Amino acid sequence: MPRTIIEKLWDSHVVYERPGAPTLLHIDLHLVHEVTSPQAFQGLRERGLKVRRPDLTLATADHSIPTTDRSLPIVDEIAAKQLAQLEANCAEFGIRCLGIRSDWQGVVHIVGPELGLTQPGMTVVCGDSHTATHGAFGALAFGIGTSEVEQVLASQCLLQRQSKTFQVRVDGALKPGVAAKDIILALIARIGVGGGTGSVFEFTGGAIGALSMEERMTVCNMSIEGGARAGLIAPDDTTFQYLGGRPHAPKGAAWDAALARWKRLPTDEGATYDRSVTIDAGALEPMITYGTNPGMGLPVGAPLPDPARIADPLERESVTKALKYMGLEGGKPLLGHAIDVVFIGSCTNGRISDLRAAAGVLKGRKVSSKVRVLVVPGSQEVKRQAIAEGLPEIFRAAGCQWREPGCSMCIAMNGDQLAPGEYSVSTSNRNFEGRQGKGGRTFLASPLTAAASAITGVVTDVRTVL
Amino acid sequence: MKPFTDFQSRIVPLPLNNIDTDQIIPARFLKTTSKLGLDAQLFCDWRYDAQGNPNPDFVLNQPRSRGAQVLLAGDNFGCGSSREHAPWALTQFGFRAVVSTSFADIFRQNSLKNSLLPIAIPSDAHAELLAAVEADPGAEVAIDLPNQTLTLPGGRKVEFPVDEFSKHCLVNGVDELSYILQQEPAIAAFEAARPAAINTLG
Repeated sequence: MPRTIIEKLWDSHVVYERPGAPTLLHIDLHLVHEVTSPQAFQGLRERGLKVRRPDLTLATADHSIPTTDRSLPIVDEIAAKQLAQLEANCAEFGIRCLGIRSDWQGVVHIVGPELGLTQPGMTVVCGDSHTATHGAFGALAFGIGTSEVEQVLASQCLLQRQSKTFQVRVDGALKPGVAAKDIILALIARIGVGGGTGSVFEFTGGAIGALSMEERMTVCNMSIEGGARAGLIAPDDTTFQYLGGRPHAPKGAAWDAALARWKRLPTDEGATYDRSVTIDAGALEPMITYGTNPGMGLPVGAPLPDPARIADPLERESVTKALKYMGLEGGKPLLGHAIDVVFIGSCTNGRISDLRAAAGVLKGRKVSSKVRVLVVPGSQEVKRQAIAEGLPEIFRAAGCQWREPGCSMCIAMNGDQLAPGEYSVSTSNRNFEGRQGKGGRTFLASPLTAAASAITGVVTDVRTVL
Repeated sequence: MKPFTDFQSRIVPLPLNNIDTDQIIPARFLKTTSKLGLDAQLFCDWRYDAQGNPNPDFVLNQPRSRGAQVLLAGDNFGCGSSREHAPWALTQFGFRAVVSTSFADIFRQNSLKNSLLPIAIPSDAHAELLAAVEADPGAEVAIDLPNQTLTLPGGRKVEFPVDEFSKHCLVNGVDELSYILQQEPAIAAFEAARPAAINTLG
């Protein structure tokens, strides 16, 4: 029977099944960070357990790490303790840790792929909901809670129930000024933040095939914002070219064997999905969110929704509450709204191509004197590449702050945050109330839109400054 | 894990859709390395004003919430981040069940591992329950996990789904990891037949 790639990935990782219980699934790569792991390591200690497969586990410090000068001590004592705990736990349990002094430190979903650890056909988990990023390689990758982190550390397995298959077909070609980020924001605006619950997305179609690996990671990254357990893209030549030569990618005869295996992964002709939606890439505009969840998005030039026109009472209440929090009025446009901060970075848009896109807009220009702009590379490797290409000089000359790698203002745990009431245009993934700092207000957008808005100091359609 | 026993309780209504885990517990509190002490941070930014004083308009600060063990929320409760701190904070505050029309996947799984029962009911029953608790803050529901029923204040019994395995674990206080570790022979056989593609250590 023809199968989707989602079903092939599932079938090839089943360890044990019995009626009335979820399936025991094997995990090929377990990524760990400082925030969701300490209680899991403590659990292992209390039970007297070891880490079963340290060779399939990798830790990095990203969430609470400062993005300022790393030669200085960490000011936040609680964060410093958490980061030290990660390194101590990894040393105790024999796990490789890309800590604050590592040349490969970075945001967990950026370092896995750049090291070549994320490969087609794998199952990848992490105590972080943006783990779907790794799905860009044709892997089944999903976020887990801390109890599950402990389970994987102890057994390299997880109890799972099979998800529904959900095809997101993106046909046509993106227009200039429209980015991968706009595809995923448009999808979530269409299906809502719960639209993919219980499902795994497979992104297909010509517009997806035309994306680079980094753009594919941006798309898969935000699958969780559409409620999906995971999101993935079948591997193709773009995938293989990206992987070839990376530190942990297979070499020689092992590469040839892996390639033959990977080429069998794409969805079979005639396989069916539980659900499908189609998006016309050519009709997409640059997207921006206006509200307090990622589903509250619209084309950058469109008027805000008017709560009076929403029939469902809970939905009306949600939009009313969101507009009130955001200090916005229904029916008015967002274009031209003043902003205070621009954040360029995160596991969604902190890769080298994102920095190149932003630098392309900012080169030879100045950011508005009213706007604080943070550019945060996703990893030490991204930082090295950016330096080699002269990007930090472009950002600094434009008046941006060039920072050290980490999650930074995406989650605002490390001191990089909005003040109450401040507005940001952010390339991150969540606009929840207080996500970028208590009382802060976030407009999510692509690096192009963020860079354009940094120049003007107001929400801007990038196509007017290109 | 603590066995889940049947109980009767008043209800805390929070009828908003898409309540995300950043609202349940904001990220700035995730720098802790402990599971404990999170109850004070539950719904922190809705519960307290800028000076840190309780916001009297927020339901958790009202007398009706004292001792209530059931939270009634809108669609897609617990969306967003995978932080298990969300069910930890809810249970430490005293909640034993959340009633909604739907739950985000990771939150639901995290809750089941912490004796917090996610109860998804049809929207008509949800609307009936919300109307009942709005009319009478003292109205109670009864939760019967073995029979998978929620009894509304008016006496209507509503069935809710729980998979057989999760129910067994909740009722008997069985921890999933002990079950997984019993499958060691199957895990060893799987790993022997399928050599790893990577080695993070080398």
